[in-house]
Amino acid sequence: MLVEEIMHRNVHSVTPSTSIGDAIHLLKNHQIRHLPVLDGDVFVGLVTDRDLRSASPSSLDPKGLRNLLHRPVSEVMIRQVITAHPLDFFEDAARALYEHRIGCLPILEGEKLVGILTETDILRRLIEIFGVDRPSQHVEVEVEDRFGILAEVADIFGQHRTNINSVMLERSQKEDHLNIVFRVQAKDLGKIIDNIEQAGHRVLWPRTNPDPEGGV
Amino acid sequence: MKDEARFIYSEDLLRYRFGDNHPFDNRRLKPTLDLIRTLGRLEDHHLHPPRPATEEELILVHDPDYICLVKEADRGDIPRERLEEYGLGTEDNPVFPGIHQTSALVTGGTLEAAEIVMSGQARHALNLSGGLHHALRGKASGFCIYNDAAVAIAQIRKKYQARVLYIDTDAHHGDGVQWAFYHDPEVLTLSIHETGRYLFPGTGNVYERGHDTGLGSCINVPLDAFTEDESWLDAFQRVIPRIARSFQPDVILSQNGCDAHRYDPLTHLSATMRIYRIIPQVVHELAHELCDGRWIAVGGGGYDIWRVVPRAWTYLWAEMSGRPLNEMEIPRSWLEKWQPKSPLTLPDTLHDPEGLFEPIPRREEITQKNERTVNQVLKMAGLLK
Repeated sequence: MLVEEIMHRNVHSVTPSTSIGDAIHLLKNHQIRHLPVLDGDVFVGLVTDRDLRSASPSSLDPKGLRNLLHRPVSEVMIRQVITAHPLDFFEDAARALYEHRIGCLPILEGEKLVGILTETDILRRLIEIFGVDRPSQHVEVEVEDRFGILAEVADIFGQHRTNINSVMLERSQKEDHLNIVFRVQAKDLGKIIDNIEQAGHRVLWPRTNPDPEGGV
Repeated sequence: MKDEARFIYSEDLLRYRFGDNHPFDNRRLKPTLDLIRTLGRLEDHHLHPPRPATEEELILVHDPDYICLVKEADRGDIPRERLEEYGLGTEDNPVFPGIHQTSALVTGGTLEAAEIVMSGQARHALNLSGGLHHALRGKASGFCIYNDAAVAIAQIRKKYQARVLYIDTDAHHGDGVQWAFYHDPEVLTLSIHETGRYLFPGTGNVYERGHDTGLGSCINVPLDAFTEDESWLDAFQRVIPRIARSFQPDVILSQNGCDAHRYDPLTHLSATMRIYRIIPQVVHELAHELCDGRWIAVGGGGYDIWRVVPRAWTYLWAEMSGRPLNEMEIPRSWLEKWQPKSPLTLPDTLHDPEGLFEPIPRREEITQKNERTVNQVLKMAGLLK
């Protein structure tokens, strides 16, 4: 999945000469936290609500505050901004946000701003990935880590003509094993689970006890 | 008319079944009916036959092309891929002979029950063959072909303009009914079920609350796997009466799936027969308090057809018909008649005796988690600060 598939294309922006007061207004009105600063088409910086707040003088100094609101954003904007490209991978964008502890990535093609990606967009996409768009349920299987294992287990669903909505693979706590988490379009899993067990895999869900090691 | 109740039944309804290796088999009503009769709770004047729902009625909820396909599905010449597009011919929803006729009869049964109650012929009416709550507008889903409860509610809306409270206590989320009225502020759908995180159909999260003018008229209480009686009842009793009183319905339609029981092979809520005695009591009281007694009830899931379904639905009908049953032994005659047919040893009491099931580990955490869910539901409904 690429950044261009999930980024926002209609971006609210300001120019270097926009006043700080107007920028604050824009952030409040649109309930956003980041404003790219554009000089014509060219991306020159970013103002965030956090920067604007920390630049603000105390409310005990009304005159100072009034002065500040009339100054241009170019005085408080960040110029060294971490950005991304529309063809970057979703995972890499997520990592950039996480590692630099930032909330948004302006997406640039050359110097031109084409979109913006925020941590909220990443979370929304993750929710969609884990989500349920068709009636389905959860099956979790612990398998040996070897060639063809995913195809083997997936084939059992195929034999029962059961659609798989999503698959996740992760390392198992058990050495040389993987956990495969499926969401499948079936209400009755009985026969499928029997076949998975007959094939020698351990079914972690469905189970009859909240403690996977316990037995009722 | 006092507290008269009607029981919708005909042997034709038993044909709603998907074959010998499928968990849904409406022949479960035979031992159920026999247990009710053995306990002296059913007389001829209670019985009322179903009638097939008309296409005009089915169209209130279902797409015409879906109905057309169901009508032709058992002819044997429809390509598998085409059936599967409509959710049919899968292992969950195999085509069976007379699939349209029988499914339309089930729906007609619920329509009859609704008409009996709305026209004032009786205060309560029960169609145990109904409650097929997963059926979608244009698709069979989760053993459900036509959504009888949704069709009946749509008909009540059309003919009587009444406000309908739908209460669904099946272990699975009542998704089909929810989506059918997701935009309708006059129908409040309330489903309490095992979390979709694990269980079919996956939906039923607290944040599914209706849309547009229907926002707030959809309530979901997803409970954790291994919830057990105490926590289940706590959630039920904290949510249902408050929501019902604040919604002020004209009629209640309850879906009484009994697949949250510890014995049920498809689910993990691990409740006992106790909840199936208390659910109808609470709903019955609310129907009298808020709706002048108007209460339509349907069945639903229930896949331990020997040890759970007959007992649970006996409690339901006994409550509805005004002669509730308590904890008691099951008459020997019933056990002698049905034990030879059951592959499992039948319980000899109507209730599950204390201590029958071993306690489940992590009860405290699961209870806490459910409490948080209930608080969240009540907060979103504006019923908790």
